[in-house]
Amino acid sequence: MEVETPVLSQASVTDPHIQSLETRLHLSDCSSSNVLYLQTSPEFHMKRLLCAGSGPIYQISRVFRNGESGRFHNPEFTLLEWYRPGYDHYDLMDELGELLAGLGLVVNGRIPYADVFMDATGLDPHSVTVKALGKLARERGLASDNKDRCELLDFIFSHCVVPELETKGIVFIYDFPEPQAALAKLTDSCPARAERFELFVYGIEVANGFHELCDAEEQLMRFEGDLQRRSEAGKKPCPVDMNLIAALKSGLPPCAGVAVGIDRLLMVLNDARHIDDVIAFPVDRA
Amino acid sequence: MATFSTNEFKTGLKVMLENDPCAIVENEYVKPGKGQAFNRVKLRNLKTGRVIERTFKSGDTLEGADVLDIEVQYLYSDGELWHFMDQTSYEQYAADEKATGDAAQWLKGEEICTATLWNGVPISISPPNFVTLQITDTDPGVRGDTATGGNKPATLETGAVVKVPLFIENGEIIKIDTRTGEYVSRAA
Repeated sequence: MEVETPVLSQASVTDPHIQSLETRLHLSDCSSSNVLYLQTSPEFHMKRLLCAGSGPIYQISRVFRNGESGRFHNPEFTLLEWYRPGYDHYDLMDELGELLAGLGLVVNGRIPYADVFMDATGLDPHSVTVKALGKLARERGLASDNKDRCELLDFIFSHCVVPELETKGIVFIYDFPEPQAALAKLTDSCPARAERFELFVYGIEVANGFHELCDAEEQLMRFEGDLQRRSEAGKKPCPVDMNLIAALKSGLPPCAGVAVGIDRLLMVLNDARHIDDVIAFPVDRA
Repeated sequence: MATFSTNEFKTGLKVMLENDPCAIVENEYVKPGKGQAFNRVKLRNLKTGRVIERTFKSGDTLEGADVLDIEVQYLYSDGELWHFMDQTSYEQYAADEKATGDAAQWLKGEEICTATLWNGVPISISPPNFVTLQITDTDPGVRGDTATGGNKPATLETGAVVKVPLFIENGEIIKIDTRTGEYVSRAA
């Protein structure tokens, strides 16, 4: 079913690496105003629909991320997002693969995160020490002093692994390190892996999917962990979406969901070098 | 000196990195969908000319570098330092061997050069793109040979050695492109 959910929300994403744009709602008597946030993805509202028993849903929507601007980023962009109750992340990779085939993009395969990481660096991302990650990051040109496991993995993946993916065509990378679970379920294995996947098309990240976390308590703990990391990094706090937590408590059916960056998909289909080449009015001309 | 955040980085910005003044050559925003944003930056070290790549977490800052390019006229060398003068302020600047570098081989006097100053001290000297210099030593010219494209080494009055066509005679004045170190033509 196609759905439409609000662009403006009273709560926002807590992820320390995603910044929401804010606006103010003035009530008609001008006596007070509330901060509202432009959505960074329709995920929270769509999960509330799933909790209410919507069944499988999809939408194409505009999303906004503050401060993101570059060759592959425009602060306002378009996501295709859908959810499938009863699917896990493997089923959803199958379905996304079929959609891509319809566009003439043939998926070459699926590679566990640990395998591409190991091939590029010789290190096991699930068990490597922060010290070893920090050493490799410095050797590869990271100038900032950094002891955060998650951020070091981000640096090494984007600087050492992605260049390798450029030669691999269209591939899914799946089962991410535990600190990068975001809203994905964790495996029971030790060390735990996040049941998350990303689609890379010649090194360009085009889609991100989760076997969704359904546990309201664990979700709330992750949000609070995010807020803790935000405050440590000197970033603005933001309200946790308690409506989402309440919905999860009433029960999110086991499901998988994926977000596909439409602008990047257009870049790939048109061999565009810059995201501005597929947007009529990029932000500096909007 | 001002500090610059990664979102102010742009080509040509002069910043301090690892105690040396650098110019930003390229700045790319890199961000995994759910992860930390970085700026992958290519910088030219203005003292050595070497280009290096460094990645900064977005939001990090670098100190600005007090770097300035000025036009100066070459005066003379005392064997250790090369002396130049700003023709508008008559201020004189002395550049050491490291700063003068390869520029020295094209300078005999009065050439207008570009000096890059850091905190008021020359850190690099760029010679004019073209200089005219006299040949002091080369094999005798081969008359009429303008077509075969052969060449021979010629020593110039500054000591530089360049390749010249076979028909060029000892004592001739020639024009050289200092960016490539190649012979361009006879000087009219």
